Amino acid sequence: MEQSQQGGARMIEMRKVEKWYGAFHALKSVDLTVRQGERIVLCGPSGSGKSTLIRCINHLETIQDGEIVVSGHRLNDSQKAVDAVRREVGMVFQQFNLFPHKTVLENCILAPMRVRKLSRADAEATARRYLDRVRIGNQAEKYPAQLSGGQQQRVAIARALCMEPKAMLFDEPTSALDPEMVKEVLDTMIGLARDGMTMICVTHEMGFARQVADRVIFMADGEIVEENDPDTFFRNPQHERSRAFLGEILAHH
Amino acid sequence: MGPQELTYLVQGLGWTLILTAMGFLGGIVFGMVVALMRVSSRPWLRYPAIAWIGLFQGTPLLMQLFVAYFGLPLLGFDVPAWAAVGFALTAHASAFLGEIWRGAIQAVPKGQTEAANALGLHSRSRMFDVIVPQAFKLSLPATVGFLVQLLKGTSLAAIVGFIELARAGVIVSNQIYKPLVVFGVVGVMYFAICWPLSLYGRHLERRMAAGVLK
Repeated sequence: MEQSQQGGARMIEMRKVEKWYGAFHALKSVDLTVRQGERIVLCGPSGSGKSTLIRCINHLETIQDGEIVVSGHRLNDSQKAVDAVRREVGMVFQQFNLFPHKTVLENCILAPMRVRKLSRADAEATARRYLDRVRIGNQAEKYPAQLSGGQQQRVAIARALCMEPKAMLFDEPTSALDPEMVKEVLDTMIGLARDGMTMICVTHEMGFARQVADRVIFMADGEIVEENDPDTFFRNPQHERSRAFLGEILAHH
Repeated sequence: MGPQELTYLVQGLGWTLILTAMGFLGGIVFGMVVALMRVSSRPWLRYPAIAWIGLFQGTPLLMQLFVAYFGLPLLGFDVPAWAAVGFALTAHASAFLGEIWRGAIQAVPKGQTEAANALGLHSRSRMFDVIVPQAFKLSLPATVGFLVQLLKGTSLAAIVGFIELARAGVIVSNQIYKPLVVFGVVGVMYFAICWPLSLYGRHLERRMAAGVLK
């Protein structure tokens, strides 16, 4: 089943992961291996557990059973392991979650200074480099509320990149955006993918999946139902539920 | 009412402001501690804060002043009246401000904590770089509102013989037998301070509703 063309080192491994919210079984024995440089698109109906899955990878959610290893660090309850994993993995949220009381530049330098212990000058240099890269360098002194949604999301991507992560998690990064702003964020993500960033994206943007994904993973009811290269997945979905889902999604495009 | 009486009232007003400042500044420092303890995930920090808030919100300020004024000497602390009153007001303010700020801290959207966590920020940085500055702005209208309450509450210190504005009014009134004039002036003095503060609080609230508070 593994489609990783790169065949790089194992970056993220999930083995038999079980997650419960009270009586609700959110993840059912999920196995997932992501190799260095792989681009994964995670899709599925709402409530299928895709956001929960990626939020387990950086320990925003705790798991009840199974094992998660990120870049050699095995996640357990120790703060040290959690810190180590969070240093390697950046995350972009649906609602951006920028710090509203800080300027764009301050948003980007906070964690590098506090966590990586960079000097302010070094952190700012890094921040400006990444802000330029997401084409928002000229807005560095503004506050998030002064930017459009698409610009805010690009800042959020730059903020995560400033920690120089080895992998990036995207949790429906374009779902809260007005349609005309989706493209600028997707273009930024495509650029990242081209540069070899390891990525897991929860998204319904099937064009994006076609263009950059090495693998598309389809989830339903907390399980990985189907896992395939995008061509096969879109042209010839194997599973009844993926067919139904694709029918729904494509009907709207 | 002559200048002598007026001077006496102004002195009382001075003490009212000093008591308010003591209670408010002390309340800010200890209220911050109470609020942080109250939102802690550790029960041994959280429960004392809950008890502290419940104790001072559940009893009259007057009783708190009595307990401090008569109780502190009984415990062997031989403190002057202003210190006993200041102590009671500080404790009182710390409970109320602690509860106001607890609410504000919890009102900061959860996504902020998640973003801080995802960036690997530790609890101290998460709290003081991310959550508290936002909570502070959210809490400003309620905090100013409490300041007005506290200023008026200092009039209760009159009951333990402390000569602040209200007590000064009683004394002057007893001397010149013109209660209506004297308390009219006293009322105007309270009003002249509390009303602008209330307006300021409402102004902050409106700005916040408009979402322009940076």
